[in-house]
Amino acid sequence: MKEIYKEYFRGNLPHIWCSGCGNGIVMSAWARAMDQLQLDKNQCVGVSGIGCSSRITGYLDINTLHTAHGRALPFATGVKMAKPEMHVFVFSGDGDCAAIGGNHFIHACRRDMDMTLIVFNNHIYGMTGGQFSPLTPFGKKSTTSPYGTVDPDFDLCKLAIGAGASFVARGDIFHAKQLTDLIVEAHNHPGFAVIEVMATCPISYGRHNKIPKPADMVNYLKENTVSKVRADKMTPEEVADKIVVGILHQHEPLEYTKEYAKLVKRLQGGEK
Amino acid sequence: MSKVRLVQGNEACALGAIAAKATFYAGYPITPSTEVAEYMSTMLPPRGGKFLQMEDEIASMGAIIGAACTGLKAFTATSGPGFSLMQELLGYAVITEVPIVIVDVQRPGPSTGLPTLSAQGDIQQARFGTHGDHSVIALAPSSVMETYFETINAFNLAEKYRNPVVLLLDEEIGHLRERFDVEDEAVEIIDRKRPTCPPQEYIPYDNNEPDGVPLMADFGAGYRYHVTGLTHNEKGFYTSKLPEVDASIRRLTSKIEDHVNEIATFEEIELEDCEVLLIAYGSVARSAQEAVMELREQGVKVGLLRPITIWPFHDQRIKAACTGKKAVIVPEMNLGQYAREVERVAPADTPVCTLTRVDGEMIEPAQIVAKVKEVL
Repeated sequence: MKEIYKEYFRGNLPHIWCSGCGNGIVMSAWARAMDQLQLDKNQCVGVSGIGCSSRITGYLDINTLHTAHGRALPFATGVKMAKPEMHVFVFSGDGDCAAIGGNHFIHACRRDMDMTLIVFNNHIYGMTGGQFSPLTPFGKKSTTSPYGTVDPDFDLCKLAIGAGASFVARGDIFHAKQLTDLIVEAHNHPGFAVIEVMATCPISYGRHNKIPKPADMVNYLKENTVSKVRADKMTPEEVADKIVVGILHQHEPLEYTKEYAKLVKRLQGGEK
Repeated sequence: MSKVRLVQGNEACALGAIAAKATFYAGYPITPSTEVAEYMSTMLPPRGGKFLQMEDEIASMGAIIGAACTGLKAFTATSGPGFSLMQELLGYAVITEVPIVIVDVQRPGPSTGLPTLSAQGDIQQARFGTHGDHSVIALAPSSVMETYFETINAFNLAEKYRNPVVLLLDEEIGHLRERFDVEDEAVEIIDRKRPTCPPQEYIPYDNNEPDGVPLMADFGAGYRYHVTGLTHNEKGFYTSKLPEVDASIRRLTSKIEDHVNEIATFEEIELEDCEVLLIAYGSVARSAQEAVMELREQGVKVGLLRPITIWPFHDQRIKAACTGKKAVIVPEMNLGQYAREVERVAPADTPVCTLTRVDGEMIEPAQIVAKVKEVL
């Protein structure tokens, strides 16, 4: 593992994340996935927005673009469109992706460009000190919902499927090996691949919601996740309170940059 | 067969972008700039260039900055409301020093305003629209031919100074159709300076380049560096160390302002003996020129200084032009946005008068003639 860290991180650790934060597990899952994929690092681009999880790009030894709040996907779209041969990884959080970047998320799913989006869902705005996000479960407390939220949350994966993403998966930081595999499969999928990762924020989320211990938060994920395969055999009532992990949806994409290349070829007379 | 034809300002802009070797466009439709997108969607794909219609103007900016990081010359076109939305990422392009061009075909505002009419109301927004201290380059052509050449200039300046450049057309220029013939015109094309050193020696935000502009590596060229909108040190990583922050922010501004002599261009008409000076840009400069001709026939000593470069503002040049004049008149299609800059630098004994119009229509030569006679 030491060799993997040396190969895929820039050596400017320690990272900024708090003790007990789940983000580091996602970052190491990405590095392990990179080790399996054996991509040319010069041809890899990491793009992120703003927030705790988006600081990941500073640590990765690839081309990295740390953008503005919510805007990682448009930047990534520009990179991929400009250089379709590059491998694009986008890192975002639940606030960055589902709130301020929500519309970009919908249209990135629709365009179905070949890139991998990893959304760190820790149910909270961590960087600003713990305000509720659109993915904070209903009724939970935060610094801007001291009496519990009255805002309904939503299922980001269902939105991704509805908007046309051709690969949609959910992972969690307890199942780190599975998460690594999901990142590999997402990358190898030739369209827009979304992975929602259930992550943990003991400081800004757990502390306000009676689960301040990092281990308890991870145990919660262990006990409340079920695989897609198992969930398919359960009744809707049984699945209702569970977090379903695994590949939730996959279809053959009409990949944007490939379709665009076809258009160019047709216009240049190479193909009728 | 003659290549002379009738071309619209927005089309000339698109043709200029192609001539400047722009290969990437991302935009969102908005009147009165939409023709730029339409022409690019027609011209780029057959040339192997990339055209994207994004979900909004913010996304358009993100896409062109991303594309520019890979080494392409990229641009977008918009109008007032879209330009407002672009401000945050304009600042991102400033601090990350990513060369991009933004075409703003101005219409009256604020807000939705008068979408199909003309204005010059974004002069100050182009300069100060994004938060924090920074500098920008903004150009305002007065004709269709000049729109073509200033579009090329915009890309060249963006590449040379690694900064966003705003091309400020007014609707009148964007939708004007006039004689267009660029067949025999040679154009200089400037590309950003790229590193040739080994990757481990590359300093992406080196403060010690003689012109203040660091070398820019393309994503994919083997340099694997970090680009961030956070204040960063020379290596590109976040810093809050006071000397590093200070040095980087001051360089962002000085790399533009210190080169105002090289960047700023003007046209001078009948300035030698003039007693009343007109300063006008964009479509209004055409009316001002007409007014100068008419007044000169009547023996009135009036001249026109036409800034083609709006920003950076050339303090010394404008001050020198104002010095000793009976009066300076700044006609513009806003409530005095450029005039306030002229007032800032003009000698205390030189009166600076505004002549403003904000109803969406052009300032006519007769209005300027009347104003000159009023101040004499």
